[in-house]
Amino acid sequence: MNYFYSILLLFTIGALGSLFLGKKDQAANLWGNLFAIAGSVAGLIFSIQTLLSGTTPILTVPSAFPLLSFTFKFDQLSTYFMLIICTIATLASIYALGYVKHYYKKYNIGVLGFFYNIFIASMILVATSHNALFFLIVWELMSLASYFLVIYENREHNNIKAGSLYFMMTHVGTAFIVLAFLLMYSVTGSFEFEAIKTGIVHAPSQITNLILLFALFGFGTKAGIIPLHIWLPSAHPAAPTHVSALMSGVMIKTGIYMLIRFSLFFLPAVPLWWGLLILILGAVSSLLGVLYALAEHDIKKLLAYHSIENIGIILLGLGSAFVFVSAHLYSLAAIGLIAALYHTLNHATFKALLFMGAGSVISETHTRNIEEYGGLIKHMPQTALFFLIGSMAISALPPFNGFFSEWMTFQSLFQGVLRFDVLTKLTFILSAGALAFTGGLAAACFVKAFGATFLARPRNQEVAHTKEPGVPLRAGMAGLAALTIVLGFFSGTVTGFLNKVAASLINLSGTETMIHAQTQSVNIANNFAFISMPQIFIGLVAALTVVAGITYLLTRTQKVSRNITWDCGSDLSPRMEITATGFSRSFITVFQKVLKPLKETEVEYDDERMKYFPKSNAIHLELQDIYMPYIYQPLRKLVLDTAGQMKKIQVGYTNAYILYILIALIGILFVLAL
Amino acid sequence: MTNILLVLLQIILIPAVSPLFIGLTRKVKAKLQNRRGAPITQPYRDLWKLLHKDEVVSHDASWVFLAAPYLIFASTIFIGAIIPLFSTTLPTIFTSDFLVVIYLLAFGTFFLALAGIDTGGAFGGFGSSREMLVASLTEGGLVLSILTLALISHTTNLTGIIHNMTSMPLINFAPVILAFASFTISLLAETCRYPFDNPSTHLELTMIHEAMILEYSGKRLALIEWASANKYLIFIALGVNMFFPWGITGSGNASQILVTLLLFMVKAGLFCLGIAALESSIAKLRIFKLPKLLFTSFALSVAAIILII
Repeated sequence: MNYFYSILLLFTIGALGSLFLGKKDQAANLWGNLFAIAGSVAGLIFSIQTLLSGTTPILTVPSAFPLLSFTFKFDQLSTYFMLIICTIATLASIYALGYVKHYYKKYNIGVLGFFYNIFIASMILVATSHNALFFLIVWELMSLASYFLVIYENREHNNIKAGSLYFMMTHVGTAFIVLAFLLMYSVTGSFEFEAIKTGIVHAPSQITNLILLFALFGFGTKAGIIPLHIWLPSAHPAAPTHVSALMSGVMIKTGIYMLIRFSLFFLPAVPLWWGLLILILGAVSSLLGVLYALAEHDIKKLLAYHSIENIGIILLGLGSAFVFVSAHLYSLAAIGLIAALYHTLNHATFKALLFMGAGSVISETHTRNIEEYGGLIKHMPQTALFFLIGSMAISALPPFNGFFSEWMTFQSLFQGVLRFDVLTKLTFILSAGALAFTGGLAAACFVKAFGATFLARPRNQEVAHTKEPGVPLRAGMAGLAALTIVLGFFSGTVTGFLNKVAASLINLSGTETMIHAQTQSVNIANNFAFISMPQIFIGLVAALTVVAGITYLLTRTQKVSRNITWDCGSDLSPRMEITATGFSRSFITVFQKVLKPLKETEVEYDDERMKYFPKSNAIHLELQDIYMPYIYQPLRKLVLDTAGQMKKIQVGYTNAYILYILIALIGILFVLAL
Repeated sequence: MTNILLVLLQIILIPAVSPLFIGLTRKVKAKLQNRRGAPITQPYRDLWKLLHKDEVVSHDASWVFLAAPYLIFASTIFIGAIIPLFSTTLPTIFTSDFLVVIYLLAFGTFFLALAGIDTGGAFGGFGSSREMLVASLTEGGLVLSILTLALISHTTNLTGIIHNMTSMPLINFAPVILAFASFTISLLAETCRYPFDNPSTHLELTMIHEAMILEYSGKRLALIEWASANKYLIFIALGVNMFFPWGITGSGNASQILVTLLLFMVKAGLFCLGIAALESSIAKLRIFKLPKLLFTSFALSVAAIILII
């Protein structure tokens, strides 16, 4: 058990040491990231060992004050999330070793290392803490560390703005979480997770419903569920890339982790409406997430919107699991839960990979605007390959891991369609439809992202000077790309493993097993569906080899010559090839009812009266934000108005305040006397 | 021994006869337009000719452009091997889940669209954009139309679907007609037919598929053309075998296979006639009218699923 402390100690040394080294750039970078790697690897080994041994170590830190004693518990769910955090943190830290170099002499590297180490450690603590008070402390620590990382590049005004929005949203979320835990405390009289679990069984359903709603607001904000997502697309891109990878890949998943913890651990008798609500939110988040991503031209923002989409997909799996639990169909609930857990891991890998790919491109081209790239595949072939693998995985194309977890999510939704009454069934059908459209639109979006970034001719002179990024950056990406392939190939093994995690949360005893998973194949609901990822992989590779071989034999005498692209007789220029804006314009037109595009044209004329010869033309395209004017600004106005009313009793004389205290005291005495 | 031969037959059947069905469709369309039309075997000759031509590749093209035809063609071969064509008892070594088939088709579309962008021409990128628009909006209707059958037959495995559909009483086929209509719309969209795309156009304003492959020549063009023929036959095979499955199941001995194989060819041929007739009777739609048609396909499938439960 001391082993767990030594993991935390590694991060602490990493944090303090790099802060101490401060402006000695090279040393601070090495110190901070090497300790982060060491801590993450140690955490990785610890979590794998614990998961494989099947034990549930508990770590209690006693104290004279009951409120200050706290517990860690490494049950299957916590350890699984710790595994995800440590895996991505290891590779992100390797990447950081090289990436941080471009901050040398510009920003304080020690501060970056300090918050980075604290950030990883706090995420591990969030996943493993088993006491509400301590949980809130480390949750706050995680939010603060990530806030400081978001505003790390503080010379850019937009980053500060993004950070402030994130700071506010995350604290509003935390307020709801505090409310949820206080409600549970009022019923159970304890902050210990185990005591809450046993004590809350007798709580009236109004209270538990309220707890679930508070949890949804609190953790939904962190997870980035639409419409609570507004901080995410601006905060994730602002952070340094390795932090973006961790935030998008891992941190938002802590929200998912706590939603699972609340719904299946604390309140295992979840009501039907809860599952349906999660399903609907999942469908909305996935569809809208991918649509906003399509319209986005900042590559990191595009990826951030895809995080919202994937959180939606995870929620589709989770929501169906909750619906099944509410109907006591526990073995079916396991399918949805495994789908959600698997997609959590998969999204962490390919999203971190994509962020790192984007980061490598940004560090070479010094812009996040996708329109200024083009043709990068010729200068950065390896980065392009890694980004392509990530793009295919996130678009759910076989044989990669994203396909398998989406397949599984589909299957759990199909099981829902087969059962239940008409309205519930309709929710499942439409969710399956939303998932299908999401898959197609995600593929479209990544054709755009990959095509505009890496293919065709450069649209900016900067591209000519780009080169492959350093070894650590490529090593981090290569590791994640390999993981993407491995998690796709061995999906049967991983599913079998996740079945145990699911069984620790859902009471599967006495029910018919609905998932049979081997390395070879995964079988769902007694031959309702089966799939073999290794066979798909091998089959595709075999088909490709045979096709390439035969074509080569048939055509080896033919010449291949190089010439220019067909240009209709004019000179080809970069302005002739399609831009990301052009690519996505038709999608925006089709979905204009939802996306509400705005178009402003500005024309300046040589002669204002004649208006025949325009001097300059400008066009400004953007999407109208519907969340700020319709949800957040009315809320802000409400808060300000209420505060204004409160101000009236604030007269500024000490005597008056003493009077208020006296009145309050008498009031309390009366209440107590009654 | 026969089993191995049958599996081999299954694997090569799609690429072997797919040009024939393209030729047949073209011939029927020509006849309906009062033309004589090229012989049915013309697509074979075209492929043969292209395979013997030298190739010109753009300076701007990267390995994505060079590899895409192989990847696309290989994916259609793989799909052709895993979907049931003339038997449901064949020891196919693959898992023929319908989602695998749909997402493998998306795999091909993904690379085709990338190849369209890769050369940096003015047409390719717009072809890719349009193709992805149509493909992504087709997905919902396509998944749900096959899901209708999957729910009726209690399996998402294509072999299982076809096997169970044959034993279905005819009266149960009412909702299937809706699903079939939805599937047919998806078929037209995915295989670049009217009213979505004109397979024989080279007019900049209207082309989708042809715009993406404009820069290809020689053997790579042959592979792409052949792959799109394969895709066409795959959709036809899915259509006839899932929605009109009678006669596919058999004991699996050689003489019976011959009968089911012939039956498959006849059914697919008839379906081709239907598509050609449908194509000849409608006009191409404006691109922004297409989503409405695709959402109709989605709505039809939802209605079909509601009806069966």
